[in-house]
Amino acid sequence: MSVKQISVFIENRQGALEKFTRLLGENGIDLNALSMADTTNFGILRAIVNEPAKALQLVKDHGYTANLTDVLAVAVPDSPGGLTDALEALTRGNVSIEYLYSLVRRVGEKAVIIFRVDKPDEAAALLAGAHVELLSHQAIAQANGH
Amino acid sequence: MYWNKPVETMEREALEKLQLERLQHTVRRVYQCVPFYRERMQAAGVEPGDIQSLSDIRKLPTTEKTDLRDNYPFGLFAAPQEEIVRIHASSGTTGKPIVAGYTAHDVSVWSEVVARCLGCAHISRDDTVQVSYGYGLFTGGLGLHYGVERMGAKAVPTSAGNTQRQLMLMEDLGSTAIACTPSYALMIGEALRDENFDLTRLKLKTGIFGAEPWTEKMRDEIQKLLNIKALDIYGLTETIGPGVAMECMEAQNGLHVWEDHFIIEIIDPDTGDEVPDGEMGELVITTISKEGMPTIRYRTHDLTAIIPEPCACGRTHRRIQRLRGRTDDMLIIRGVNVFPSQVEAAIVGIPGIAPRYLLVVDRVNNMDVLEVQVELAPELLSDEVRKLEELQRQVARAIEQVIGLGVNLRLMNPGSIERSEGKSRRVVDKRVL
Repeated sequence: MSVKQISVFIENRQGALEKFTRLLGENGIDLNALSMADTTNFGILRAIVNEPAKALQLVKDHGYTANLTDVLAVAVPDSPGGLTDALEALTRGNVSIEYLYSLVRRVGEKAVIIFRVDKPDEAAALLAGAHVELLSHQAIAQANGH
Repeated sequence: MYWNKPVETMEREALEKLQLERLQHTVRRVYQCVPFYRERMQAAGVEPGDIQSLSDIRKLPTTEKTDLRDNYPFGLFAAPQEEIVRIHASSGTTGKPIVAGYTAHDVSVWSEVVARCLGCAHISRDDTVQVSYGYGLFTGGLGLHYGVERMGAKAVPTSAGNTQRQLMLMEDLGSTAIACTPSYALMIGEALRDENFDLTRLKLKTGIFGAEPWTEKMRDEIQKLLNIKALDIYGLTETIGPGVAMECMEAQNGLHVWEDHFIIEIIDPDTGDEVPDGEMGELVITTISKEGMPTIRYRTHDLTAIIPEPCACGRTHRRIQRLRGRTDDMLIIRGVNVFPSQVEAAIVGIPGIAPRYLLVVDRVNNMDVLEVQVELAPELLSDEVRKLEELQRQVARAIEQVIGLGVNLRLMNPGSIERSEGKSRRVVDKRVL
């Protein structure tokens, strides 16, 4: 079970990010999770939003280079060491993690970590085998009041 | 100081007679040996026998850089391959460079005209000339080098770059003259100033600068920083390299064109009509002694004007004004000619990017810096930074391989590069000369 993440190329200029978030806000796109990877020249903004397909069309129409990527939304206990079981399962299964970041809000009692991995299907099976909970897009949206 | 007084001070009448003889010979040669020129002349309805006076040169079709590119690499050579002893290359307008072939005679003529240029700068056998132009396919380094050796002066082939080593050698070897681009001379001068270098430790007295446009303001600056006389040299690979024309120490005003080897015309770039002496127009050069690759009425796209008045130095070869600019979109960056279309040719077809780009040229600490902005395709290739950085490097490398210059590459969002009247603006030149 994977979740669609939107990834957007942002030029490294003052005001570029503001302009982008304004565009989403004015069009009712809610950011449930957000991470920014940056270099000296550009950044890649990765986000989980309530309507990924609509968001993708919107940002492309406004001149952004973007795509949708499958990521895993992993629910883990919101306590020290909570992430370890999930990581151990993936390591044992030889899955590489490209990056991860966390959801802004908790879902129930759990923290949600977004994983981008090289083999999403295998990773999902491994996590299920280790009794780690994976969330659907819908579950995330509901927890965020949609 | 003359290198070749009889020729440099030849009466105009004799000089023009010599020009006509050499022009006729060259036209016959290319008509016989170069299909391109023969076909062009036939299409224009002109034969070698029609060239009866110097003004008949206007009957001949002009030649463009694109003609050199279309006949790459050897199509315009007028000498058999076994007679070619040297190849140089310069920027083309697309992915391929343009090449020039020289026979031993051409190299000798080139050395001769450069030696005359050195004479214009009052350089003699007693001098040590540091040649800080790049050595290689670029004509600057080897062109100056052979002229210095022809004169019997001492050449120090430091090539360009590594300013600290240049300064060390300049002091230790007692270089009395330097040849390089004016912007590099400025950079050396500022390095000296920043170190509070005592200029009396140097024996430098003259600089020969060319391969890029510069101004009187830059000349003043260089002369002050290095405590030398700075003189302008002109030339282009298509006609031979540096040494087509040179300023003299006496006037420091306008460059003498060695008219026994090159016929110059100034034309209106739009109509192709000749403009009167003293008026600005495009410089057109015909080589009249070259064997390897003569060029007939080559349109340089450089803007200048003929100075018809005699010069204080006594040379009878007419002068052209300091080059004022270009009629096309060619840029000169660190002495290297760059056409925006070369960048286009380099990046087209690379996945993940759109062939839309902008060149931003700036001068930072007297060093030209070229930033190339390239738009991404709307579909992001990867959301991994590593992969996008790889793309950035790939695009930069593709451009660098074609233009031969390092670039700072900047990936941009689609549509973010300004357009004017539906056409994209391709160059922003922020340099203040």
